[in-house]
Amino acid sequence: MKILVAVKRVVDANVKVRVKPDNSDVELNNVKMAINPFCEIAIEEAIRLKESGVASEVVVVSAGSNECQEQLRTALALGADRAIQIATDETLQPLAIAKLLNAVVEREQPGLVIMGKQSIDGDNNQTGQMLAALSGMPQGTFASEVKLEGEELLVTREVDGGLQQVGLKLPALVTTDLRLNEPRYASLPNIMKAKRKPLAQLTPDDLGVDVTPRLTTLKVSNPPERAAGTMVSTVSELVEKLKTEAGVL
Amino acid sequence: MTILVIAEHDNQTLKAATAHALSAAKEIAAQTGGEVSLLVAGHNCGAAAEAAAAVPGIAKVLLADSAALAQQLPENLAPALVSLVQAQAVTHLLAASTTQGKNLLPRVAALLDVAQVSDITEVVDGDTYVRPIYAGNALATVQSSDSVKVITVRTTAFEAAELSGGQAAVATQEEASDAGLSRFISEEVSQSDRPELTSARIIISGGRGMQSGDNFPLLEKVADKIGAAVGASRAAVDSGFVPNDMQVGQTGKIVAPDLYIAVGISGAIQHLAGMKDSKVIVAINKDDEAPIFGVADYGLKADLFEALPELEQLL
Repeated sequence: MKILVAVKRVVDANVKVRVKPDNSDVELNNVKMAINPFCEIAIEEAIRLKESGVASEVVVVSAGSNECQEQLRTALALGADRAIQIATDETLQPLAIAKLLNAVVEREQPGLVIMGKQSIDGDNNQTGQMLAALSGMPQGTFASEVKLEGEELLVTREVDGGLQQVGLKLPALVTTDLRLNEPRYASLPNIMKAKRKPLAQLTPDDLGVDVTPRLTTLKVSNPPERAAGTMVSTVSELVEKLKTEAGVL
Repeated sequence: MTILVIAEHDNQTLKAATAHALSAAKEIAAQTGGEVSLLVAGHNCGAAAEAAAAVPGIAKVLLADSAALAQQLPENLAPALVSLVQAQAVTHLLAASTTQGKNLLPRVAALLDVAQVSDITEVVDGDTYVRPIYAGNALATVQSSDSVKVITVRTTAFEAAELSGGQAAVATQEEASDAGLSRFISEEVSQSDRPELTSARIIISGGRGMQSGDNFPLLEKVADKIGAAVGASRAAVDSGFVPNDMQVGQTGKIVAPDLYIAVGISGAIQHLAGMKDSKVIVAINKDDEAPIFGVADYGLKADLFEALPELEQLL
């Protein structure tokens, strides 16, 4: 079975972004970038499925400017077999990304697509579900366990009240939650090897996809600041303040 | 013009999240002159539809009751919703930003070929909404050019609408079909006598400083004294102390209780994203440099293993 993994280049999870003074966007110049953490979990899961003999090939795909080749090479170093970059400098919204990925799904015919449940920049939590809809695949979102049993993919999902298990027909789409696995680090020899692995380039035009944004960002602003609080020195002082000053106990 | 809210329910009653999504829908109605309707989808969910009919200020309740919708699997429910949107001239389709809403709505949006606006915190007008991005470190005001607006609502940003006192008509919808792509196998619901995290008035959460899941009873004892829910940071979930459904943060639950007590939580961006709209925040941490103190109304530098038993006694 072939597995397609979609990855996204995002601001590193430890960076606190700043809003640009003209309120047009956040400042992304000279900011550390990385693979979206949930996409790392997706790569790891695909590689584990290959190591256990369930998958035969892991193809990793990303849409964006040439800088995202850096994240594709990281995925190759982690164990993916080949990479596809959908090259564009346009700002891509989830629906456009889902359409691009759907065109890649049509070409590659994977048995399973794995991707992160959300990217930590836009926080949309949409692209996986949208791709599943466009490709007619069932979806196992927010997965904490994935197991192939015969022709059915069993997915344990993290839901608000606890855990839900669903059975999906293949081909299927899975989006990853935190506890699915713990991603490995790439070794130096594998980083060197990854440089020679194939990386193909396609454009939205090649795929026949219109990526025009449907949402216009009118403004990006700072959230309201919380005023600085006070330090208390004992537990009893804390309880006293919560009762009398804050009135919440 | 119909503004359709997808009700979250357990076949009997409406869940609290629905009341918050309804508030957002009513704000959109006030801006656009549209009518708010509620959809109850499921199987044997007639009682929930009756509960929905009692919601004041809505035009009607749409009841989609069929075996294929039993667990509201998105593979079956999304196509049914697409037909509904077309048949009912829906201009705005809303759901609460719960795991259920997040799972379902993007699938519907893609089938309709429209964008989704996720997790809105403010309605500016019928096309324009505010939503947090980058873990809430920035707020984006976005305008949709699509004919149908598909929206998930951050429940903490909208007051709960009244759920009783009205009398709306219930319109039964066509039988939905099973797409044959997926099946529900089982659900393990966490059992707890404490309030739910997303609707609790007080929350006490533990982080990596708790050192082990075995120490969480220290928090639970305090919680039980004051009727609080117990939460956790991503670090505590990642370390395997507690299950993921307790996670508060960017990738877990977003909460805004009257009182949030963070214990042994350093205050990573990802955690702050989930709780910084709480009315009063208390931080207990032995590291006085911890960023959590930057957002706390009351900070206590202390060893939590001493502070928690003392807190329990004094409450």
